[in-house]
Amino acid sequence: MTIRKPEDVIEPFNFEGFDSALLKTLYLRMVRAREFEEKLYYLFLTIKMPGTMHQATGQEAVAVGVASVLNADDYVTSTHRGHAHCIAKDVSLNSMMAEMFAKRNGACKGMGGSMHLCDFSKGMLGAFGIVGAGIPIATGAALSSIVRGTRQVAVSFFGDGAINEGVFHESLNMASLWKLPVIYVVENNQYALSMPNELESAVTDLSSRGCSYNVPGRTVDGNNVLAVYNAARQAVEDARNGKGPFLLECVTYRVRGHARFEQPNYRPKEEEELWKQYDPILRFKQAATTAGILSESDLKAIDQQVEKEIEDSIAFAQSGEDVGALDYKQFIYSGQMEGGVE
Amino acid sequence: MRKLSLADAIREAMIQEMRSNSNVILMGEDVGRFNGAFHVSHGMFEEFGPKRVWDTPISEAGFMGMGIGAALTGLRPIIEFQYADFMYCAMDQIVNEAAKLRLMSGGQANVPLVIRAPQGATGRAAQHSQSVEAYFMHTPGMYVVMPSTPYDAKGLMISAIRLNDPVLVLEHKLLYGAASPGGGKALTDQTISEIGSDVPEDAYTIPFGKADIKRAGSDVTIIATLIMVHRALAVAGELEKEGISCEVIDPRTLVPLDEETILQSVRKTNRVVVATEDVERGGVSAELTSIISRKAFDFLDAPVECVAADNTPIPFGPAAEKHVIPQMEDIRDAVYRVLKD
Ligand SMILES: Cc1ncc(C[n+]2csc(CCOP(=O)(O)OP(=O)(O)O)c2C)c(N)n1
Ligand SMILES: [Mg+2]
Repeated sequence: MTIRKPEDVIEPFNFEGFDSALLKTLYLRMVRAREFEEKLYYLFLTIKMPGTMHQATGQEAVAVGVASVLNADDYVTSTHRGHAHCIAKDVSLNSMMAEMFAKRNGACKGMGGSMHLCDFSKGMLGAFGIVGAGIPIATGAALSSIVRGTRQVAVSFFGDGAINEGVFHESLNMASLWKLPVIYVVENNQYALSMPNELESAVTDLSSRGCSYNVPGRTVDGNNVLAVYNAARQAVEDARNGKGPFLLECVTYRVRGHARFEQPNYRPKEEEELWKQYDPILRFKQAATTAGILSESDLKAIDQQVEKEIEDSIAFAQSGEDVGALDYKQFIYSGQMEGGVE
Repeated sequence: MRKLSLADAIREAMIQEMRSNSNVILMGEDVGRFNGAFHVSHGMFEEFGPKRVWDTPISEAGFMGMGIGAALTGLRPIIEFQYADFMYCAMDQIVNEAAKLRLMSGGQANVPLVIRAPQGATGRAAQHSQSVEAYFMHTPGMYVVMPSTPYDAKGLMISAIRLNDPVLVLEHKLLYGAASPGGGKALTDQTISEIGSDVPEDAYTIPFGKADIKRAGSDVTIIATLIMVHRALAVAGELEKEGISCEVIDPRTLVPLDEETILQSVRKTNRVVVATEDVERGGVSAELTSIISRKAFDFLDAPVECVAADNTPIPFGPAAEKHVIPQMEDIRDAVYRVLKD
């Protein structure tokens, strides 16, 4: 199989079961993720920002569709391309933006940056800069939920490149053995840096790769937030009810370069242009307005809200103090015993 | 007081903590139904069942990562590696994740987990014999604990379980004093003494970063860990007959390291031997030597002597293994060398 064309994967929008409030939330989260990253791109261009970042532009429907079926106390692990996952799990833009600026009021107090964004109060256990590393960690969060008897579900987002890491296989085996409530979401944006999936996966039908471990899977149109939502909702419901793990492949496309300003020279421009026409936000807008479920002005109000949120987040970040040279010292160890001091 | 083996002491610590805190779980290969490859978890599966004692597949990176995920979400896992050598299969999860999550998250992440791993050379050749402490002493964000006696083992293990940080507890196979359930008889070594085998029944903690002076002396300081503590004590006993007084210090935790107790001793004796079982190059003995040289240079009457394993994978043949791993003679010769001038 070569790089998948949109026509191979697209599913029509089916609004059955979605009320306008939910649709607005989905749209809001997708636009937040998009505009947050577009703002970052601009800030990087103008050299106001330290470090690096990986944009999920064009992939927002995956993060939003999946995370929107979760409860607030469910767990998520994310990747180097993690802004959208955080936003979908309701991590505040202010704390994320401040983290990008390496401020003390950042989500990780300026200690983590883009690749380690997390918010434990939101069940967001972290973006992991090591490809695949979050997969067993989410699996362990699911085991923890079983031991503590809480019915929480864990979701691990990872890429088509990460699926070839050993921990993917080890984790699926254990999750299946022990029927752990964990959903593995492979965000197949069709490239792992320069490598198209066909050059690094012997089996490119990624949702079938749980079959060695008896983990059921399914491939969906990852640029259709409703399709993603429905598939995730079923998987999460089953997991919560003790039916065990699920492997959800969401086919999408990484519109931007791998990181920051990288210009992909390893794929044809026509391919990029074609996929841009299947942008998840564009498609959602068209479908929702055509179906008459949301109006142009509904959407516009959300766009304006997000614009303001982003501006506010920059103001918030700029109001924060820069990380001090010695701040890190307090974060290496807790040195605390459970329930008290050592 | 009753005497316990080191394996018994560790087991008792785990059992007591698991009884008093339902969030403590044990995971690892063959730790449950088989009672652990070195019998350390004997009876725990029976008492606590499969939701608290997890027999994992042979997936070190996977179950290490799962332990981290469990630790981040309210449990306090104890993760046993069947042999310390196998920790290398899980290096990413240990070094890049467990040890770094607290800092990366700006202090949000508590990672209250304990890694237990048996190490040390016992005739099992290059992949079941290594002493791994240097790698993890080199990894900020985790503690490294090395109990040489049953008393220390119980108190340090309970502290390890209660701490909200990742702790690696390295256990020496020769010190376990227990038979392996695979039919092997208890591993022994004639240099191992009964020191510290009186173990209180009640739970108690030993704080990290407090070295223990296993024997007081005035002529030479020997800093030793795990089985080298016992070898150093045996040497000290012999040298006493020659009128040489050795002070034997066991740091007990390499991270945090009780530099003050070590430096105080150095300022008193002015002569130092460091004895560890990990390889010399880039090893713990080199690190201790560096600290002493930097912080007590003016007090040294002779160069610090490092007694450590030869820079080689551990060979199988008994004579070769014995040559590579520091023995009593090596420590004794080093003492003579630092006393020479
Ligand atoms: C263990 C590891 N190997 C390599 C890298 C460098 N790297 C970062 S992202 C990436 C590609 C990952 O591809 P994929 O999993 O498909 O995620 P995507 O970037 O497409 O979102 C590589 C090679 C890394 N961060 N970690
Ligand atoms: Mg990819």
